[in-house]
Amino acid sequence: MSVLIFVEIDNGSVKKTSLEAVAYGAEVAKMTGTTATVLALGKADAAALEQTGAFGASKVLHASDDKLTHENSLAYADVLAQAVTQEDSKIIILAKSGLGDAVAARASAKLKAGIVSGVTELPVINGNFTVKRSIFTGKAFSNVEIKSDIKILVVQKNAFEATESSEKATIEAFSPVLRDQDFQANIVSVEKASSELSLTEANIIVSGGRGMKGPENWQPLLDLAGALGAATGCSKPVSDLDWRPHHEHIGQTGIKVAPNLYIACGISGAIQHLAGVNGSKYIVVINKDPEAPFFKAADYGIVGDVFEILPKLTKAVEDLK
Amino acid sequence: MKILVCITNVPDTTAKITFTDNNTKLNKAGVQFIIGPYDDYALARAVELKEKLGGSVTVLHVGGADAEPQIRKALAIGADDAIRVNAEPVDSYFVASQIAYVAGQNNYDLILMGRESIDFNSGVVHGLVGEMLGIPSYSPVMKLEIEGTTATLAREIDGGKETLSATLPLVLGCQEPISEWKIPNMRGIMTARTKPLLVVEPVAMEEFTAPGNYSLPAPKGACKMIPADQAEMLIKLLRTEAKVI
Ligand SMILES: Cc1cc2nc3c(=O)[nH]c(=O)nc-3n(C[C@H](O)[C@H](O)[C@H](O)COP(=O)(O)OP(=O)(O)OC[C@H]3O[C@@H](n4cnc5c(N)ncnc54)[C@H](O)[C@@H]3O)c2cc1C
Repeated sequence: MSVLIFVEIDNGSVKKTSLEAVAYGAEVAKMTGTTATVLALGKADAAALEQTGAFGASKVLHASDDKLTHENSLAYADVLAQAVTQEDSKIIILAKSGLGDAVAARASAKLKAGIVSGVTELPVINGNFTVKRSIFTGKAFSNVEIKSDIKILVVQKNAFEATESSEKATIEAFSPVLRDQDFQANIVSVEKASSELSLTEANIIVSGGRGMKGPENWQPLLDLAGALGAATGCSKPVSDLDWRPHHEHIGQTGIKVAPNLYIACGISGAIQHLAGVNGSKYIVVINKDPEAPFFKAADYGIVGDVFEILPKLTKAVEDLK
Repeated sequence: MKILVCITNVPDTTAKITFTDNNTKLNKAGVQFIIGPYDDYALARAVELKEKLGGSVTVLHVGGADAEPQIRKALAIGADDAIRVNAEPVDSYFVASQIAYVAGQNNYDLILMGRESIDFNSGVVHGLVGEMLGIPSYSPVMKLEIEGTTATLAREIDGGKETLSATLPLVLGCQEPISEWKIPNMRGIMTARTKPLLVVEPVAMEEFTAPGNYSLPAPKGACKMIPADQAEMLIKLLRTEAKVI
């Protein structure tokens, strides 16, 4: 009956967003008088799996077959459904991401389970089971009651404040049946900028817009990001113009991010851009136009020329060290 | 090549979202509705593939008659015919079940849709439809080529890109730069008027969720302005006040 949390593994460790999902799942387990079990697939470090205990998991089911190391939503969903059956779980938690949604969706159809993606808070359980979710790309919320016996919740970043203890989870080997049909695709190539911090995981993001004037001017922005240990993002026109790679594009039609700090440099703050950043805890806007709409969505603002301001900020960060 | 493109009918990206009836309904007054921007990319690629490989493009919408202008627009962009499942969508599972039912009666080689709708942002319909039909689903797809019965596609994975090839039929959630949005031309608009639009009733199914009321986020406090010549102050405030660095 345990709450089952599907975690994503990156280079052997559990992703930060997945650890948040573990903490969320552990809290739901407490609310429903049961325990939290983690499902981890593919190659993973034992220490990293045990560490999910610090976020409230008591047990980790680890299917370590190397066939499961490369991201494969078809196989992951099937293994998840098998784990749900073995554990007789009624509540399944995943962190929101392209992979999380894909796995949740296919598992939902296998298990005939109600699915809600974009959950922003703990559920309310009082006879009914109701969750709050983000809709209209962060412009609104909606409450949804899940009526099915098995429930799948895909939770958004910052839905629950994770606290860490020193507990360790026990690891249990899990040997699901892997279906050939889930491994039919032929992976031609994988390009991963492995040194780069991923935008969805980053605590701080420094982002540039058309106000940066051209790709050759990105160094001061990269310097500030380097000093802050931040990931870098950009507005849509910037990636459309190939000034920056496509996977940095943030907004309604790009990646949605929810860092603790988002620093926007030379971005006007069009509603489609704001839609991708409105989950951020703090927003800083640097823009030479005092009327730029982004200031309305910001916590801190500086009106001025990015090329003068960025080096000053970098120096101030370095002076802190 | 028989392609099905599933489209949503959603408020324009700039729309101000408010609710009526005690926060139980979206206030549609003054809101412009559009084809979901991601669905629009899927449609554009479908039309290109049809032009290159021959075949047909059918658009499918699950929803009320108020979506018909958007369905006609999809026909004007180059789809050959349309199906509307006449139902008020309950949730992703409901919509996916209706799509899977229609798809199950016709043998489509490709089922394309946007990576997510911009109203509910779930991003789960392609996965649900794929599983319901017992065929693979991939998302978000940024590049798609078809050769014979093989699709080669590039999709975004965390911090990078994966290219894979798979055998049709497939369900794909699309996003840019798979194609560029197409604007209907005059001839397209004229012919769209007479293209077939079939209205079918939904299949009955168990509903797994029930919608409750809506709410809006708390308004943001005022922005604290820092003079440009004291930019370093910002870093101090981020450390001592916001405590984020
Ligand atoms: C359906 C749809 C979906 C979209 N999706 C997205 C999306 O996902 N993400 C997205 O970002 N956009 C999206 N857009 C585009 C969006 O509407 C805006 O066009 C875009 O965000 C503007 O990018 P920008 O702020 O970089 O450029 P601009 O709007 O051109 O703004 C540049 C800003 O830089 C400032 N500036 C110029 N020089 C300097 C300087 N030296 N110092 C300081 N500031 C300076 C200017 O004052 C201006 O405010 C979408 C549009 C549509 C129609």
